[in-house]
Amino acid sequence: MSGILAVLEAGHKLSAETLAAAQDLGAQLGLPVHSVEPTIPYTADAYTDALAALIRDKQFQVILFPHTYQVRDYAPKLATRFDKALISDVIRLRVESGEIRATRQLFQGKLNAEIRPIGHPVFLSLQAGAYRADGAAAAAVEALPAPTTEPRQRPEEKFREAQRAVDLSAAQTIVSVGRGIKEKENLHLVEELAAALGAEIAASRPICDSGWLPMERQVGSSGQTVAPKLYVAVGLSGAIQHLVGMKGSKTIVAINKDENAPIFEVADYAMVADLFEVLPALTAEIRKAKG
Amino acid sequence: MKILVAIKQVPVRDSLLAAAPGARWIEESSLEYEINEPDAYALEEALQLKEAHGGEVIALCAGPDRASSTIREALAKGADRAIHIEVDDITSWDTLASAKLLAAAIRTESPDLVFTGLQSDDLGAGQTGVVVAELLALPHATIIMQVELDGSSLRVKRELEDGWFQHVAMPLPAVLTIQSGIKKLRYATLMGIKKAKTKEVKSLSAADLGVVNAASYEVSGVNVPQRTKQTQIVSTVAELVGKLRDEAHAL
Repeated sequence: MSGILAVLEAGHKLSAETLAAAQDLGAQLGLPVHSVEPTIPYTADAYTDALAALIRDKQFQVILFPHTYQVRDYAPKLATRFDKALISDVIRLRVESGEIRATRQLFQGKLNAEIRPIGHPVFLSLQAGAYRADGAAAAAVEALPAPTTEPRQRPEEKFREAQRAVDLSAAQTIVSVGRGIKEKENLHLVEELAAALGAEIAASRPICDSGWLPMERQVGSSGQTVAPKLYVAVGLSGAIQHLVGMKGSKTIVAINKDENAPIFEVADYAMVADLFEVLPALTAEIRKAKG
Repeated sequence: MKILVAIKQVPVRDSLLAAAPGARWIEESSLEYEINEPDAYALEEALQLKEAHGGEVIALCAGPDRASSTIREALAKGADRAIHIEVDDITSWDTLASAKLLAAAIRTESPDLVFTGLQSDDLGAGQTGVVVAELLALPHATIIMQVELDGSSLRVKRELEDGWFQHVAMPLPAVLTIQSGIKKLRYATLMGIKKAKTKEVKSLSAADLGVVNAASYEVSGVNVPQRTKQTQIVSTVAELVGKLRDEAHAL
């Protein structure tokens, strides 16, 4: 028997999209679709052992994963066991002349690469938004064999750091800042705009990594997910990890001097300009408009 | 404690990128290069562990001749020596094939710890450390925010999604992929730059390591993404504020 295996992650919003993608590929390739949702405690070693046994036993040709942090931790290891590279973080999948074609991003979304897998099995992980989750039929459910070796990793309980003082998800307006601000000393430009708009301040990961703003103000896959009425992205290029955290915003304004910045793909209003020239003028104009 | 850090050389951030003719990769002729940022954090963590526990830090990089500038920078920051796997066409090696190069070189060193950044700024596959661990049959953990070493025991703090974290313990030797921001990056000092010139850089080829470029996938094209949303380009601040007030009703 051979077919497509969708490896789902319990309780993760990307699992439904992954199943929908598997069903679509199955229909186009004429392959049966199976799914498995591991319930054993997570370690990279245990998941790899158990899934490798299942894939080998049932000879699955195509294995689809949601591109989650957990999948990033073990799926490359699993693919290596089959002497294959995982094609990770796929944003589009299609079938051409009976073959899978995948699109993934390069340079944090500035370019796309079209990928043609060679040989089987094919291992693919899907980024959020690659597929519509609704309407995915259930697939034949596989049971995961028990891992045969003792995992070397010994995980402890998951925890959150001190309660978040800032809940960005409730904000109506957010001004978000990226690397384009260059120095911590320039942040006042963003703070003044946020004050004029009555907005919360948020940032991309590198700004928080540098300690210029607290981690709790980070928007994106490792920070908060927001959907305000107005999201103003300043000097922020828009890596996919950031975009997944804010693309549901109602109106998105992007100010960036690089016209190819991926943030412009999700923006409603784009200004290709130097933020150091634009911000003071914008702050003054907003104050006037709100008068 | 012998720590090996796998670093990658990538085009400098904010480079203007264009697809190469034939479009399997980018046009490289006019680009400048630097260390992949997450790898700089991996190197920093390794240097601080060495300062606390003693031992040796070895930088490992696969790439063409130009990669030697990135290797020198790692030595200037404090790595004790380096290995340069000289591969002219490194961008045509997929994640598994290039990890095989790194793993073969690491095997000759038998380090206690192998570090690398959680992902690269160019390919962004985020796999190298995990694949290397499997090839070397070593335990691993990814997206590490903190490393605690106590004799031969290792405990790390992993970043999970949505603000969750987890501590994981594992035996040495092990492979860790380091998250950006784990520590503050140092600059190379003048003394460090001077010293780097005398440090050993071992040069190896793919043939020396017995690794061939076997691909799991082919890049059939590289292109600029199509915009899917109707984006209005505005050229003045007044125009932007007018549209936000009257069209988007967002003020």
